[in-house]
Amino acid sequence: MSKTSTPPKIKLDNVKKAFGDKVVLNGVTLDIPTGESMVIIGGSGTGKSVTLKSIIGLITPDSGTIEVDGQNVAKMTNDEHDSMMRKFGMLFQGGALFDSMKVWENVAFGLIQGKKMNRDEAHNIAIEKIRQVGLNPQVGDLFPAELSGGMQKRVSLARAIATSPEIIFFDEPTTGLDPIMADVINDLIVECVKDLGATALSITHDMASAKKIADHVAMIYDGKIIWTGPVDSLYNSGNEYVEQFIHGRAEGPITKHAGFTA
Amino acid sequence: MLETGYKFFMIKAGLNSNNIKDLPKKIICSFLGFSQIIGHSIFSFLQSIGKLSLFIGKATKNCFTPPFYPRLLVRQFIDIGYYSLPVVGMTALFTGMVLALQSYTGFTRFNAEGAVAGVVVLSITRELAPVLAGLMVAGRVGASIAAEIGTMRVTEQIDALVTLSVNPFKYLIAPRVIAGTLMLPLLVFVGDIIGVFGGYIVSIYDLGFASGNYIEQTWDILERMDVISGLIKAAVFGFLVSMMGCYHGFNSGRGAQGVGTATTYAVVSASILILIFNFILTQVFFS
Repeated sequence: MSKTSTPPKIKLDNVKKAFGDKVVLNGVTLDIPTGESMVIIGGSGTGKSVTLKSIIGLITPDSGTIEVDGQNVAKMTNDEHDSMMRKFGMLFQGGALFDSMKVWENVAFGLIQGKKMNRDEAHNIAIEKIRQVGLNPQVGDLFPAELSGGMQKRVSLARAIATSPEIIFFDEPTTGLDPIMADVINDLIVECVKDLGATALSITHDMASAKKIADHVAMIYDGKIIWTGPVDSLYNSGNEYVEQFIHGRAEGPITKHAGFTA
Repeated sequence: MLETGYKFFMIKAGLNSNNIKDLPKKIICSFLGFSQIIGHSIFSFLQSIGKLSLFIGKATKNCFTPPFYPRLLVRQFIDIGYYSLPVVGMTALFTGMVLALQSYTGFTRFNAEGAVAGVVVLSITRELAPVLAGLMVAGRVGASIAAEIGTMRVTEQIDALVTLSVNPFKYLIAPRVIAGTLMLPLLVFVGDIIGVFGGYIVSIYDLGFASGNYIEQTWDILERMDVISGLIKAAVFGFLVSMMGCYHGFNSGRGAQGVGTATTYAVVSASILILIFNFILTQVFFS
């Protein structure tokens, strides 16, 4: 494949992070190619969220390097970091909508505050994005607290794509949704990422979601990427950790090492 | 009998008569454990002071560097300033009234009723209006800042701000700190007037002072520095209250409990700091 010759959009090299005595990332190495959708799977507390937050700079790793477009995130000046952040969009696990603002203001937030667009213009784009995620434009005038969980996720997705980012992160996009709404969100994610031609990085433990939105899958366990490959080969990975995780078995190497008693 | 009592004690202390030889070792170990706890708490205290100083430095710097958010600033002026007026007004009114009553009862004992007007105006402007307003605002504003920012932290709204290219220090913290620092002196100025008025009402209608005399005495004794020092105190207190609210909210722990703890810390630390800084500032102004 010719893709290997182009430099990866995001490159993590031996990234380590510990909180106090607790080692969360123990040398994460991962390349995310431009325009690909990478999904990181793994159990709770294995370092998925920390990996994501390290890339955006919300968490500073103890060692190792993270590069976005060939630039080292840790060595960026504030201005460089600001301009890097403009390439990003993120869908948070709980939605993380600003509850003091109306829905359309939430969606338009990145345009008004980040890109300094005037409010009318931003309002039009926001309504367009709200429609794009399958919501009635009138929803724009409600407050986030008045929406159901599924609708909040959609609004959050609309906010993440409003600035047409080059890179989008999805933090557990389907957690807390019913299976049908989860599938709707998965479809929307696939569609939006394709529309924007963006590079996507998702973390999830929902296998249905992973299968649907991934081009590539990486499995994180114990602070390390233990397997990575195209989504087609996920079910014949030959890795017993991956096998246990994707089939959701209570018995296997993961639970054995964690010292669980079944 | 004595034997069983001894055994019971040893079991309670985690020992049994077989390893009685280890007793000195155990004592040394528990002493080491004790000093470890002391050392640990001293280190974590110093660490949190360092963390707080860095936070204050960063927050203050971001108050003076663009981009500014005038809309948010105006909203905080209204939230912190305007909506605190009733609380501060009531506090000042009743404090002024009580002060007149108390000083009258005290001063009649050595025939110095004439000093009531002076005592009221000096106590209110120099001490009571700034400190009590500061404490009331710590309860009202400090708590709400900590709860709001803490909830934003817990629900990842602060992280969301960052991903949308907005600096939370400029967007959330700077408006609150600026509004707190500028609004509290205004509140205290209003409180000064209401407090003195409260003393006036009690003195005239209850204690039988002559209105003209009372006002004249108040004016005669009051110096510009009395009011100004009170207002400077108020600015410092406003800064402390909003900064403590922001700091504890920003570093809030997880979940509802984390936000609750953050709110408590914000109010308690702001109140204590107000009392400490009140002493320091009074020393500076009047010594």
